[in-house]
Amino acid sequence: MKKKIISLIIAGSLMALSLTGCGASGADTAESNSGSLALAGSTSMEKLCEAMSESFMAENPDITVTVEYTGSGAGLESLAAGSVDIGNASRAIKEEESSQGIVENIVALDGIAVITDKENTVEDLTTEDLAKVYTGEITNWEELGGEDESIVPIGREAGSGTRDAFEELIEVADNCSYSQELDSTGAVLAKVASTPGAIGYVSLDVVDDTVTGLKLNGVEPTEEEILAGNYVLQRPFVMATMGEISEQNEQVQAWFDYINSDAGKEVIKKVGLIIPN
Amino acid sequence: MNKGTLVEKTATCIFTICAAVAIFAVCAITFYMFFKGTPALGEVGVADLLFGSVWKPTAEQPSYGISFIILSSIVGTSAAVVLGVPIGLLTAVFLSEMADKRIGGIVRGAVELLAAIPSVIYGLLGMMVLNPLMYQLEKIIFAGDDTHQFTGGANMLAAIIVLAVMILPTVISVSTSSLLAVSDSLRSASLALGATKEQTIFKVVIPAAKSGILTGVVLGIGRALGEAMAINMVAGGAVNLPLPFNSVRTLTTQIVSEMGYAQGLHREVLFTVGLVLYLFIMIVNFVLLKARRKGVTE
Repeated sequence: MKKKIISLIIAGSLMALSLTGCGASGADTAESNSGSLALAGSTSMEKLCEAMSESFMAENPDITVTVEYTGSGAGLESLAAGSVDIGNASRAIKEEESSQGIVENIVALDGIAVITDKENTVEDLTTEDLAKVYTGEITNWEELGGEDESIVPIGREAGSGTRDAFEELIEVADNCSYSQELDSTGAVLAKVASTPGAIGYVSLDVVDDTVTGLKLNGVEPTEEEILAGNYVLQRPFVMATMGEISEQNEQVQAWFDYINSDAGKEVIKKVGLIIPN
Repeated sequence: MNKGTLVEKTATCIFTICAAVAIFAVCAITFYMFFKGTPALGEVGVADLLFGSVWKPTAEQPSYGISFIILSSIVGTSAAVVLGVPIGLLTAVFLSEMADKRIGGIVRGAVELLAAIPSVIYGLLGMMVLNPLMYQLEKIIFAGDDTHQFTGGANMLAAIIVLAVMILPTVISVSTSSLLAVSDSLRSASLALGATKEQTIFKVVIPAAKSGILTGVVLGIGRALGEAMAINMVAGGAVNLPLPFNSVRTLTTQIVSEMGYAQGLHREVLFTVGLVLYLFIMIVNFVLLKARRKGVTE
């Protein structure tokens, strides 16, 4: 927990730095930028990277951005090997990675809410219980202090970033036994709302009043709690660089400047992510 | 005279080109499906892919078994045919042999309307009406059963019922026209020999219209096998053995639901799933062709 807060502070100050850097370097350098920018890493960050690179390239037509989705570990390896400019990771940077000189730049936070239908009386789950629900060890809400109703665990299809994150964060990767696997956030939301005893997971930003967002370990699923690092179902989206951003080439700096600009923040919000402070 | 031949030649030319478009499309699709679908067979292994039962494409140690998916498609389609064809055939008998003009017109209109309803509407109705009913039923049947995972009503049975209704219009319209094509002299002869109306229908008219009815059934199979949207909405989508109260995934929904984010080998395997579906449809069409030919020679 402490580590997360520290990393958040570091990332925040980094961004502040890069912002002031942008102001100092002036507009003329940004316009003369041309070249290419290579990113590789997390598959979960595909939505963010696609949206970000699209609007970035519209703004900076001279810079070509290519993103490969090889997985967080592989992306950071490519970064360390120098074959890409930025390594994408949907997790915090490990110690052995930062000892290689990799710097963690958190660009967004991904939050996942666990939802149930409105009739359900259970309001709070521990992460252990949640894992047991999804692995099929607990099959009735009675065991969790609710009413006598069978649990219908609903999830996303294989390959979905949300599923990926959820299973990873509660440590049930590839162990889940789902009652239903649906192929969109909206479908999960609708099914959970209409099925008694259902439980599902969706991006935090889409939760509405047709379902109940469960507390996890007593913490409400809100943006504030995620930013404070208290809510467990969250992960950072990291765009790591070799060394500080200020030491990078112009294209990389332009990329991070764009992410920290209002337009960049708009993109982050649009894909349902939370802007770190 | 000269102008006439010119017009004729141009017309022939245009018709030939149009026909070529269809042939080209079929060839291109066939080529593409084999081109995209076969590499994964080699990479995963034919036996592991087609007969493996574990579908975990994104796991640490990925597993690409699609046997349950193939089975679900086969079971779902067959059960829908078993359920839908008798209803369809008897409706066709009613339309061709019994109904008077007014009632026949109403039924025929209803059948045509049924055929025109988009599959997403069937899916929606299945989801809102059938699934909750199924969940009630599931709760009663599996009450106190600890080993059953409750699906919330999205299961094989719901998919089968939706499919059975969806194939009705095809079966009914093709069967009706083939029953109507049976010569009245056969009916008269049968009745003159002292057979009742029911005996005439089941012993004379239906056997005489056999190949046409078979065509309707095969078309229905094709429709059920290829349906994706409605099934995706009612069947639950988890990869399971196709038991009535299990949440299942068929060949079509497998592609629909995972193509979005699939990458690498996972994506290639989805193309193989497409190839398997394509081969099934080809077999169904081959049977259809045979049935039609048989009808012609008889």
